[in-house]
Formats: sequence, structure tokens, C-alpha cells
Amino acid sequence: MPSRHRAFLILSSLGLLAVLSFGLALTAGSLKVAAADILAALFGYGDGAADMVLQLRLPRALAGFACGGLLALAGALMQVLLRNPLADPYILGISGGAGVGAMFAMLFGLPLLAVDGLAFAGALAAMFIVFGLAHGDGSWTQTRLLLTGVIVAAGCGALIALMLSIADERKLHGMLFWLMGDLGQTFDWWPALLALVVALLCAMPFARELNLLSRGLMQAQALGVAVDRLRYAIYLLASLATAASVTTAGSIGFVGLVVPHLVRLATGNDQRLLLPAAVLAGGSLLVLADTAARTLIAPQQLPVGVLTALIGVPVFLFLLSRQAK
Amino acid sequence: MSAPLLEARQLSVEIGGKTVVDRMNLSLAPGERLAILGRNGAGKSTLLSTLAGLRQPQAGAVLLDGEDCALLPPRQAALRRAWLGQFQADPFGSTVMETALTGRHPHLGRWDWESKRDAELARSALQAVGLQDMETRQIHTLSGGERQRLAIATLLTQAAALYLLDEPLAHLDLNHQMAVLQLFAGAARDCGAGIIMVLHDPALAHRFCDRALLVHGDGRCIMGTVDDILTAKTLSELYGYGLRQIDDGGHRCFIPE
Repeated sequence: MPSRHRAFLILSSLGLLAVLSFGLALTAGSLKVAAADILAALFGYGDGAADMVLQLRLPRALAGFACGGLLALAGALMQVLLRNPLADPYILGISGGAGVGAMFAMLFGLPLLAVDGLAFAGALAAMFIVFGLAHGDGSWTQTRLLLTGVIVAAGCGALIALMLSIADERKLHGMLFWLMGDLGQTFDWWPALLALVVALLCAMPFARELNLLSRGLMQAQALGVAVDRLRYAIYLLASLATAASVTTAGSIGFVGLVVPHLVRLATGNDQRLLLPAAVLAGGSLLVLADTAARTLIAPQQLPVGVLTALIGVPVFLFLLSRQAK
Repeated sequence: MSAPLLEARQLSVEIGGKTVVDRMNLSLAPGERLAILGRNGAGKSTLLSTLAGLRQPQAGAVLLDGEDCALLPPRQAALRRAWLGQFQADPFGSTVMETALTGRHPHLGRWDWESKRDAELARSALQAVGLQDMETRQIHTLSGGERQRLAIATLLTQAAALYLLDEPLAHLDLNHQMAVLQLFAGAARDCGAGIIMVLHDPALAHRFCDRALLVHGDGRCIMGTVDDILTAKTLSELYGYGLRQIDDGGHRCFIPE
């Protein structure tokens, strides 16, 4: 059990990491502007170039941080809900549903706002379908939930593949970028950031109960957790957080799976520390990855999802091989 | 006479279409120890978790300290009774100390962190089961018996007046079996704790309990003092295997024929 003091230290250093990642995101790019100018622009004293850079890079960094935080939070919650260390935010088909909505909108050349709107609607639809089917006989067991989610996700995958195969070649590029996760097509940054703050504020009061839930349903119930209510709440919260992120930036992979594990490895499995730490770490990671995505082979931009996966896969395999010992 | 810690009124429990108990009445006073015995699959664990309020009965009610379990908020119930399950699954890592401290959950407010006093309670509970030097060990590295003793320490940390124990002796070697039974016997004698435990050894049940409940698995169940009810005849019928009873200095021993 981390003491409050230690939790504060860890969160402060992760906060510092977040600030540094923003610093890098704002200064790195094809247009070189001095850090001091950007800092001045941040406080409203900037010149033309610095202001413009800020207007281009800051919303993107904010959206990236919000999405990374949402995914890491949703991943940590899903892992507790399914009591499965290999769970991630997309495992129950939320991103699949959002993907179907977004692909449909792109296939018919709808505007960006409609893409986001249909993606969110798709995510919600998947969420309710999985909930309804998994809850059908009242059992609502982890296995049933997991299986239902995986099957719905597979169905969505098939629909996405169908739409990709009949799509116009000019639209294909955008569709693929969306599926891999891309912050370049973000409509606005504040909904995701708002969702992140609300989700974290909703989750934190239940952190100690989540600790117990991860040890078993009966165990948690015997120790005084209203298990059924808590599980519904986490499912809803994790799904909505995932939906908010996927709507903003497409299905960015591996942040939601790897970040909770990395944080768990460093700080232990106390959700009171794990949840906020995962938010800070996930947000920072995505900001850094996105900065790399738009600068590595500039002027060409990479979808950030490719980079997170490229970083995520080896890290995860490394963790997995360590765990086996 | 103080109020019973646990009361079952006209309790009917079923599982998988099978009746475990039918309109059973039971009352457990402070300091009393009750053993539940029966064959595999007779529904002992189901009955125990129903008595703990973790499962809805088909009919009837379970009262903890005079209040209906079904209406009691989970946290209030957790302050009144502690339940030891048969299985401890640990998908995520955790230390021995963290695990023992989970027992303090019902005593803490929503934003509280475990205090020094909570840590001391957990430490003395670990000491009571002989795990005092293992506070920082990861639970994955514990043996089955050590894990079981840790679960018992968590129960002690919970500090409820009623203990419901599902096979508390599972995985334990002989000396720890005796130590655990003596620990709970002491809690009943000195602190007035009520104890209901599922046991498989009628001799230990006779030695460490006041009453026994024999669950036949077909709806029949017999309850009585251990002297009356734990006999070769009733137990042979219960297990469907002939047993011989040997008395030795007040203790009873049952030998399969």
C-alpha cells in the first residue's frame, strides 16, 4: 500500500512529465519557434508566428493528452471489471461500434462533425448491445461479458472490412487513418478533456472498492462493496470514456492496455494511485507519440496509433515475459 | 441473554434445482460455534454464503444482529460478519500486508487511507496466523497454506463479531489446522465471537464446536449438540460410508470401516 506521501510524489513527477510532454509538443515541428516565444504566446504576449504555432499545436496536444488519459483510465477500469490483466478499452467492442459509425459517415462523405457524431452513436450502440446480451439472463458474469464483447467486436470488424472494401480509393486514406488512430482529424479538443476530468472524478471515490473488486466478486461483497452497482457503474464509465476518446481520435491502440500495466509495475495495484497515475502517464505518452508522429518524417504525418502500437508491442511483450517467471 | 449474532427464519436454500435446506430455523448466540458437515455438493458452501447474506435465499430470512440481511447495506453487513470463501483468486499482484489491510475496508470512510492503527491491526492478525515476517511478500509467491492463512488474517483484520468459514482448514498442515481452530475457539471464548464453519473432519468438529448441522443434500438437515449428533450412526448415514467411533479422553475419533 502506497502511503499518501508516496502517492503525492509519484503523481507530482508524472505531472511534471505531462508538462514536459506539452513543452515538447509545442516546440517541435517544421516551423521553428523559440520556446520563450511560445511561452509568451501562452500567456497572451506572443507575436504572429508563435501565436499561430500555438493555435495549431496546443489544441492537438490537449486532445492527445485527453485521449491518452481516457484510454489509460478506461483500460485500468476494464482490467478490474473483467479481472483480467489482458483486458483493454476496446475488448468489449466499443471501438468496433465507433469504427462502424465513423466508416459509414466517411463512406458517404459526411462532414467531420457527422463522422464524430456517428462514431459516438456507434460506440453507444455497441455498449448497449453488449450490455443487453451479456445481461440477458441476469448472470452478468465476467466470462459472458467478455465473450459477448469479443463477438460484437468481431462483427463490427467484419462490417468495417466490408465498408473499406467497397470504399472509394480517395476516401480510403482517411478511413484507414481513422481506424489506426489519428489526432490530425480531431474536430475539437475540449469534449475529450472534459470527459477525462469527469470520468476521473467519478472513478476516484470508488478506488478502494475497485481494489477489492479486483480480488473477486464474493470477496468484495463480503467486505462491504455493493458489487452489482459498482460493476454497472464501471462498465458505463469505462465505455463512455472509451467512446469519448475513440470519437475524438479514432481507435488508438495499446495505450489502454500497456499504460495501466506500466504504472502497475511501477507503483503497485492500488487503484487510488493507479487511476490518476495512469491518466497522467497515458496522456503524456500519447502527446509524445503524436509529436513523434507529426515530426518523424515531416511533412508527411503518421497516424499516432501506429506509433503507440510500435512502442506498445515490444513493451508489452517484455512485460509479459517478465511476468511468466 | 444477548441478541443472537445470526438468526435464520424459515430459511429455504436451493441451488441448481436441488434443495439444500428447507424452512430451517437457526440461531447463533455470541460465543457459540457451529459446524456444518455434509458430502461434496450437498450445498454447504451455498448455505454458508446465504447465511452471510451474499446470496438470496429462496424463502425465509437471515438476520444479522436482529436486522434483515437483505435490507442491510453491504458495508453494515461487513461490520457484523466476516466470510471466508473457498477460493482466493489473485489476477493482479499484491503484497501480504495490502491483502490483510483489505479487511479494514468496511471500517474506513470513502476518502480515508489506512491509518497506523489499521496497519497495527493487520500486523497482529498476520502474527496470529504466523505470517509476521512476510508483510512485503507478493501473494503470488505464497504456498497454498500460506495463502489460506493470509485469507484468515484478512478476516481477523475485519474484526466482525461473526465468522462464517468455508473450509478454513483447506491447504493447512496439521499444526496450522490446530492453530487456526484454537484461534477461533479463543475468539469465541474470549471475545464472544460467533463461529460457523464448514468442516470435513467430524472429530475436529466435535472437539472445536458446540453444535453441528448435518446437511444431507436432499433438503434434510439435522442439528444438535456435537455430543448428540456426531455419532457413528448419523455420520455413516451422512457420508454413506460406514464409520466406527472411538472415544478417547473426551475427544471422539471416527474411523472408516
